[in-house]
Amino acid sequence: MEKTTSRNSLINRLPFDIYTLRLFVISFAIFVAFSLLLPDKFLTIRNMQSMMVQFPEYGILAFAIMITMLTGGIDLSIVGAANLSAVVAALVLTRLAGENGAGMSPVLVIPLAMISALIVGSICGLFNGFLVSTVGITPILATLGTGAIYTGLSFVVTGGPAITTTQLAFIGNGYILGLPIPVIVFTVIAVVFSIMLNRTTFGFNVYMLGTNPTAALYSGINSNRVLLRTYWIAGLVASIAGIIFLARTNSAKPDFGASFILLTVLIAILGGVSYTGGFGTVSGLVLAVLSIQFLSTGLNMLMLELFPSSAAIFFRQIAWGGLLLLVMVLTFYVDRRRKRSPGTQT
Amino acid sequence: MNRIFRRNETLVAITIVGLCLIIGLNNPTFFTVGNLFTLLRSSIVTGIFAMGVLIVLISGGIDVSFTAVAVFALHATTKLLMAYSPDAPIWLFFIVAAVIGLGLGMINAFFIAQFKLPTLIVTLGTLSMIHGFLLFAIGNQIIRDVPPAMTAFARSSLMNIPQERGMAILHPAVIMTIVIAFGVWLLLRYTMLGRGIYALGGAPEAADRAGFNITRIQYFIYAFVGLLSGIAGMTFGSLARQSNPQDIVGMELNVIAAVVLGGATLTGGRGTVIGTILGVILVIIANNSLILIGVPTVWQRVVIGIIILVGTGIPAIQARRAGKQSFGLADA
Repeated sequence: MEKTTSRNSLINRLPFDIYTLRLFVISFAIFVAFSLLLPDKFLTIRNMQSMMVQFPEYGILAFAIMITMLTGGIDLSIVGAANLSAVVAALVLTRLAGENGAGMSPVLVIPLAMISALIVGSICGLFNGFLVSTVGITPILATLGTGAIYTGLSFVVTGGPAITTTQLAFIGNGYILGLPIPVIVFTVIAVVFSIMLNRTTFGFNVYMLGTNPTAALYSGINSNRVLLRTYWIAGLVASIAGIIFLARTNSAKPDFGASFILLTVLIAILGGVSYTGGFGTVSGLVLAVLSIQFLSTGLNMLMLELFPSSAAIFFRQIAWGGLLLLVMVLTFYVDRRRKRSPGTQT
Repeated sequence: MNRIFRRNETLVAITIVGLCLIIGLNNPTFFTVGNLFTLLRSSIVTGIFAMGVLIVLISGGIDVSFTAVAVFALHATTKLLMAYSPDAPIWLFFIVAAVIGLGLGMINAFFIAQFKLPTLIVTLGTLSMIHGFLLFAIGNQIIRDVPPAMTAFARSSLMNIPQERGMAILHPAVIMTIVIAFGVWLLLRYTMLGRGIYALGGAPEAADRAGFNITRIQYFIYAFVGLLSGIAGMTFGSLARQSNPQDIVGMELNVIAAVVLGGATLTGGRGTVIGTILGVILVIIANNSLILIGVPTVWQRVVIGIIILVGTGIPAIQARRAGKQSFGLADA
């Protein structure tokens, strides 16, 4: 389903967005390459299914980092906010329902747990927004600080160990119309983001603020309010990712997904989101998420085949870092060429 | 401007005194020479790192990869010298680690200075690459039987003061941190390069037009941070008497907290060595002594986060006020 959405937006944009087309070719090429290299491992139904349930975990978080990057900022606290939301949801689930809980009906407790997670995420996001807009702290440092606070609070609440609960497993392992529920959540978020960014005043203001803050100011945009809302949405999306973490792993861990910050920044940059703000499309982001999932699974299989040692798992770290730098350098050259020949400027 | 600097540093100093009084009145062991020496020993590594991070922040950048550089330098040096020259003197360990650190710092420098890429994203990438390469290709096991020179270094002392229980030992590496801090102070205050670093952080465009070679300054900054990180990593391993490739990474928050608390901002070419030293002291006291006044250690991360927000929030509010005033004047 997520493939059709990306293809639709591709058709809509085909004459205008060469970057998305290029990215589509890249992700397709990665898929074909690994299918040829590892036909009996990569190109299997089982692998497709396992990839489908893996990418929404960080793919949803990529939307959170994307919207903050569009305004020219960044949110380094999303993983902390996601984990804190997951911890709170798990706490609600285990305290009010379950074996040692207050014995309330899961039908009531599960929505309550989800709402609490969303509220926690909203508070985290609004606090970031307040610090960035009203107080005026650089987004990098503000969210570095709040990220430490959110992760720290998760540790305070749990005391260190993970909280386990299987009550959301039906979301993590469930299917609707043959599609895993996390993929459906990811698709819904992609559609909502697409509408929000392309069809609403708020979306226009986000791009405007990222392109030229001074112009935004003089055209009467209340940049504080736009920023507050941007970081709020990032926090809200992070808490949805937190619910997915909990549903997929059946546990809420304060330090889960430490590598997701790097991964989401990589996805955003790969997807054509400009780090200075103002540029970036949902279709680019979705394609980048898919490319990263193909690469991740493919490389893992390949490395295990080539280096059957425990160290093979660390290769991914090198690959992600290297790929991030490579994409940045390539973008640098593309930008420079575009600047030199004004005829191709769009 | 000067008044803000002073206000910030005095504020940190007052907080340190206040915190010491609160902790000391609740738990008298805080005011012993033994505890003082322990606190100094814990600030050695953070102090060296902080000097590097200070320079980066003044220049308007941020470096999150320095911990990976440090642990890479430590582990690679330990493995290298254990294999080829296990009886090497300690200075050789430090030189090798510093050279490795310098080399890794040059990677950051290359991407940042050559392509003018954003420092956060570059160093996020190199953090992952450098740490991944260490674990993948060099080693992912803890080395506990480190060479004798490192063990001897861990045990060395500058001053021994007998206490009720055991000895209070002042470690000579404290001197090393002080020398590095003094060197950075001289660099920032009395050299053209130092002026260039402030100018770059204040307004890159203006610095360029004023004739500063920004590419060269950025090369220097990130190479120098790499060098300091190599030294800090070696110090960390020597003091711990082991080389753990999973150590150090994760410490970056404490260091960045200390530096921003000392008044360095990402957006204005501000920051001083004295402020940074005070910031390091406050972070170390907060980290080591909260338990003495009954704050459980799980709160440490929250405290570090709050320190970062307070350290960045106060200058941001001040800058906003100053900005509003000048905005009003320009309007009139």
